[in-house]
Amino acid sequence: MGELSEFAEPQKRVLILGIGNLLWADEGFGVRAVDELNRLYEFSSNVTLLDGGTQGIYLVQHVREADILIVFDAVDYNLPGGTMKRVEGEEVPKFMGAKKISLHQTGFQEVLAMAEMMDDRPEHLLLVGVQPVELEDFGGSLRPEVSEKILPAIDVALEYLASHGVTATKRAQRLPEDVTLACNVMLQSRYEDERPSEEEAYRQGDARIVNDSRWRAPEDFDAEMTEVVRHLPAEASGASS
Amino acid sequence: MSVVTTPNGFNLDTSGQRVVVDPVTRIEGHMRCEVNIDENNVIRNAVSTGTMWRGLEVILKGRDPRDAWAFVQRICGVCTGTHALTSVRAVEDALNINIPENANSIRNIMQLSLQVHDHLVHFYHLHALDWVNPVNALKADPKATSALQQKISPKNPRSSPGYFRDVQARIRKFIESGQLGPFKNGYWSNPAYKLPPEADLMAVTHYLEALDFQKDIMTVRTIFGGKDTHPNWLVGGVPCAINMDGVMAAGAPINMERLNLVKSVTDKTIDFIEQVYIPDLLAIASFYKDWMYGGGLASKNLLSYGDIPDRANDYSAENLLMPRGAIINGKLDEVHPVDLRNPDEVQEFVPHSWYAYPDEAKGLHPWDGVTEPNYKLGPNFKGTKTNIQELDEGAKYSWIKAPRWRGHAMEVGPLARYVIGYAQGNKEYVEQVDYVLKALDVPLEAMFSTLGRTAARGLEAKWAAHKQKYFLDKLIANIKAGDTATANSESFDPSTWPAEVKGVGFTEAPRGALGHWIRIKDTRIDNYQCVVPTTWNGSPRDSQGNIGAYEASLLDTKVERPEEPVEILRTLHSFDPCLACSTHVMSEDGEELAEVKVR
Repeated sequence: MGELSEFAEPQKRVLILGIGNLLWADEGFGVRAVDELNRLYEFSSNVTLLDGGTQGIYLVQHVREADILIVFDAVDYNLPGGTMKRVEGEEVPKFMGAKKISLHQTGFQEVLAMAEMMDDRPEHLLLVGVQPVELEDFGGSLRPEVSEKILPAIDVALEYLASHGVTATKRAQRLPEDVTLACNVMLQSRYEDERPSEEEAYRQGDARIVNDSRWRAPEDFDAEMTEVVRHLPAEASGASS
Repeated sequence: MSVVTTPNGFNLDTSGQRVVVDPVTRIEGHMRCEVNIDENNVIRNAVSTGTMWRGLEVILKGRDPRDAWAFVQRICGVCTGTHALTSVRAVEDALNINIPENANSIRNIMQLSLQVHDHLVHFYHLHALDWVNPVNALKADPKATSALQQKISPKNPRSSPGYFRDVQARIRKFIESGQLGPFKNGYWSNPAYKLPPEADLMAVTHYLEALDFQKDIMTVRTIFGGKDTHPNWLVGGVPCAINMDGVMAAGAPINMERLNLVKSVTDKTIDFIEQVYIPDLLAIASFYKDWMYGGGLASKNLLSYGDIPDRANDYSAENLLMPRGAIINGKLDEVHPVDLRNPDEVQEFVPHSWYAYPDEAKGLHPWDGVTEPNYKLGPNFKGTKTNIQELDEGAKYSWIKAPRWRGHAMEVGPLARYVIGYAQGNKEYVEQVDYVLKALDVPLEAMFSTLGRTAARGLEAKWAAHKQKYFLDKLIANIKAGDTATANSESFDPSTWPAEVKGVGFTEAPRGALGHWIRIKDTRIDNYQCVVPTTWNGSPRDSQGNIGAYEASLLDTKVERPEEPVEILRTLHSFDPCLACSTHVMSEDGEELAEVKVR
């Protein structure tokens, strides 16, 4: 990140946060997006880029220090997979609280409320969210529909920053892949390339058991469940609310 | 229905009304809890279930063992560093790698700092609101609050009436703004809350102070881990170089200036715990001394792997400052040794878990563990397969396996560590426990409760802060003696590894015993099994019908208002679930009674 010009006025502090879990396919969107932003642009020292992972309350301090907060995240809006959505200001906590499928350990809504309780809520809030396509792929990476939203999401963030007088300088050359806010082990290319094949590491369980003749996966799970439900007492088998 | 007595001595009666709390918390996946209450609103049966598969073992298979720490620290939002430490220890054990003394001291400082941080956040931000009523705090007289503060903690400088008046005004503004945030969905009119308004105001004030204090504590892990939020770790040592003549620079080595910063944060941490946390703990507990529920397994079976090796590379019980051992059937005069390599000790069972084993009557040691999902609901479940109203605990009902130590269901965590240390006659532990028992004027048996669990966590935070200072002094002395080594890279090159090896790494995470068992084949991870604290405490029943720690702890608790199960949350929270999330309480017919907040 660049040096603050000696003639600059005291500037608003900006936090650009990527949150989500890299290990659960599209849940990794937020962290990948902020990492890419860092490779493409440089900012003055009043702007912080952070890999928030699935941290909850531990992020409160960073949020409190910011006047402008931008969050990249995979969020469930019940939209088609890969749809990008921009949410601003008061609407942000509502959207972040709405997510039911997220694997985050805490609601980011709570983090914002705690910052507010300390009288330190960021003045300006922007959430750049993308609807995940796939979460149930343990050890998997971003799906193409989500991955291709990284650059558009960055543009949305930059436009928002510009409207608040915060400028980003495009780097003459994109930083090399191994420059990361996370750690080198988690580099997207390495994370994807070193993933063992599905034959080697069965993605739904343990191959030694699956291939063991003593145990067989249910051939038709749904049929089996229907059978179970059929034998239930009448009052219990109705569909619930 | 008749009463069933479990082999581990608990009576279960499923005839009463069923109350469902789902999800309880998202720790290690989603958790759900169901209880049956009798006509007097007393819990007579409890069912705890993890409703989401973690899949960690599958993610790691085939990866480079030296990378495993980076994956495991992404699994959970709170125990990041503890998982990473456990992982590098497992790999070092497998490959026979010794780490330098400095690396051991730095790792201990990071682990202790995480203990303190986690306990502090747990007490004030996840658990306090089970005992403290922020709405009631608005009625407090700031002057009387000031007097109370000065009485319970004379050294605490922030105790003026004006200070409490300001905080009260801030809380009023926040609550009156209509968006209660973390205070939302509380049962603020429930008679289960016993504190006078002044104690409520004092505690809520410290809720805010603790939130603020986090930023100091975090600097310790940032300095040694090199990166905020997700510190770096290294098989063979720690990734930070020491250069006492070095100047500060980005990603710079450890120098005296930085060590002095750690020192000053450590001193401030000790002050905060001694002047704020411990006095609050005792003050709040003094109003709840007649609420002695929640013991469960605590008076019977307790387990700790131990942690914080004094000297590097010696993981024997004698060298661990945090005690190791097992207590069975409440026999405090006999603490059993624990061997994580022994195939007959730690075993995981799955007859009530959504996994398949070739022979489910038998348990598997984690080195031979398998993780094959098998989602099947029992014939007595109610609802539909995608919307379960009531689980059938007679069949498979949880994504959590049932770990057992020599066949026994065990409680792990700060209370287990404190009772084991006390039973072993560990001077530091005995002094601390006796102090708290005397201050509250209660017998040792009072420790076997929800409050005892909460108290042990506070005592441990104090112990850990002092030990952090001990290891910082040790580190500085060692550096001054000329030893600046932080990593041993001798066996880092995979071409030097044997074709097949196995190892085990262990720590005591803030919420309990944590073990990673690894098998490495042809330089890649062949099998990786984590047995996490939540697996122990949140365990479902096993093949014998023994219930787990969460389940046992809820039994016989009186719930004032079943639709506001603050008592259930109190006890489950005392085990330290990770973080906040929304919870729905459903009545028997699936109708939503109330939305509760698990804090």
